Amino acid sequence: MPYADLDLEAGRKAGSVWVRLPNTNFDPQKGHRLYNRYLDELEYGEALGFDAVGVNEHHQTAYGLMPSPIVTASALARRTTRVKIAILGSALPLRSHPLTVAEEHAMIDVITGGRLISGFVRGIGAEYHTFGVNPTFSHERFHEAHDLIVRAWTEPGPFAFEGRHYSVQYVNLWPRPYQKPHPPVWIPSQGSKETIDWASHPGRRYTYLQTFSPAKVVQRYLKMYRDTCAGYGYEAKDSQLGWAVPVYVAASDEKAREEAKPHFEAFRNVFVRMPLEMLLPPGYTSRESLKNVMKAKAQMFGDVTIDQAIELGLFVCGSARTVRAAFQGYWGEMRFGNLLVMCQFGTLPGELARRNMELFAREVMPELKRLG
Amino acid sequence: MKFEESFVELDGCRTRLRRAGRGKPLLFLHGASGAPVILPFMEKLAERFDVLVPEHPGYGRSDEPQWLENIHDMAYFYLDFIEALALRELTLVGNSMGGWIALEVAVRDCSRLSALVLVSPAGIAAPGVRPADIFLLSPEDTVRALFHDPKLAEARLAEPLTPEALDLALKNRHTTARLAWEPRLHDPFLPKWLHRIGVPVKIIWGEEDRILPVGIGHHLKKLMPKAQLHVMKDAGHLPHAERPAEFCDLVCR
Repeated sequence: MPYADLDLEAGRKAGSVWVRLPNTNFDPQKGHRLYNRYLDELEYGEALGFDAVGVNEHHQTAYGLMPSPIVTASALARRTTRVKIAILGSALPLRSHPLTVAEEHAMIDVITGGRLISGFVRGIGAEYHTFGVNPTFSHERFHEAHDLIVRAWTEPGPFAFEGRHYSVQYVNLWPRPYQKPHPPVWIPSQGSKETIDWASHPGRRYTYLQTFSPAKVVQRYLKMYRDTCAGYGYEAKDSQLGWAVPVYVAASDEKAREEAKPHFEAFRNVFVRMPLEMLLPPGYTSRESLKNVMKAKAQMFGDVTIDQAIELGLFVCGSARTVRAAFQGYWGEMRFGNLLVMCQFGTLPGELARRNMELFAREVMPELKRLG
Repeated sequence: MKFEESFVELDGCRTRLRRAGRGKPLLFLHGASGAPVILPFMEKLAERFDVLVPEHPGYGRSDEPQWLENIHDMAYFYLDFIEALALRELTLVGNSMGGWIALEVAVRDCSRLSALVLVSPAGIAAPGVRPADIFLLSPEDTVRALFHDPKLAEARLAEPLTPEALDLALKNRHTTARLAWEPRLHDPFLPKWLHRIGVPVKIIWGEEDRILPVGIGHHLKKLMPKAQLHVMKDAGHLPHAERPAEFCDLVCR
């Protein structure tokens, strides 16, 4: 849900649209139109036969207008009847009280009669700057908040929870979630061994969703997930693996590239961009991972053209036939049970986003559903 | 003057210590960027004092103990340290993060202290004064903001960054974030207890400090009316490094 009306020059000049781009760049009138347009597009996803529509959480940025995915998911809950609603995800360490997450997700699950897919994230580095939450406690807070939420969903209340970060005398969730034992939990990640070890644990078996990464990287992490499950002594189901990737389908390969180019490049080179200090505050990752990113800095922090992105598999773009073939190829290598296609990205206007959704739903999706 | 290096085992933490000189003890508590090397001001002070320069737990070549979660842990560690080394009539000097630690030590127990020297200390927020965001500045811009004299900054930046120095810089940064990310570089409850500091206090501040602007020094002086405030001209956040002779005169005076 980008602020697609952003003055891109202002975004470029600020160096990043995160944390410090003045909110005077946001026009509430334009915001009003954008919110309703994006919500219409998500509802259209149900009409087109998508299995699920996804919303996510990002704060104080033109990159996305969804500081609360709860609000968007709630808006969708009553305007859809069949489609699953995936919150990918709630940023647990940024909340001062995780029980509010447990409650809000449970409400949506009950209202929709069990159509909620829950997702938990730590929030990205920039959000530790905007929220002031200490990134060196990020993992600890995430794990403790998660434990409290799942216990609140599943254990009869009231019971007491004594953690190092959260302490509650009476955990007694009203409402309890609709799904048993609780809504499915997905874990979106940019790729991390620690996250994979945790998500794939036999006690959890959460769906691991690799987001916006080159195809080779996606393949590496999905394989790591499978291998880790094998190490735990069980075989991962395809449904435990997911890939989130921007997609654009048009009449021909040339047409697709031509139409998507300015919008994709705005997404990759303006909306996503941020300096290293903002992306990876101390403690957000291990220092070894931080050093690896510093080594790859030129590649990660430089501009990427649409052609390079397609080559890397960071973006899947072309005619229906090309896109179909690309995903069939990737599926053969990775066997992801879930594919999240970002049909709107950057400044892509409404009519192109809708046509993209239609072409994908009619000419790509049916073939892909037959895989596996 | 040759500083002797040793490691002190205390509270399950192996702590690197450099020590030189004769006289009453002076403990220097370094700031966020650590104390990797012995600086001229330390050598000069060692002509008058028994100078101790530790690297804090979580910094430099000292261990990163599990228990280190906030500035209070660090204060209790240094209370143990002062006791374990049987330091008495101690002049406690702290710069920036180290100044904050010194304040937290002193509000808890001054019985072994004879003087407190706060050199552009963190720990206190002043209304309307905004410190630099050291966690968003690039490493290069941080160095430039530390010094008033750009030649000193450029000389520091010209030093090659070895893999080991990078590791230590990331370690120091991590510990600083752990202790000072939120509330940013201060303890909102500290002003309530500053009256407990019963030893003479000198506050030294670089007039051109771009990390913690001198307005914080003026505010701290208001909170500690008996303290002496010395604002040093032509100095940034590290007056002890930038103007060592003048700094040592102030400490010894």
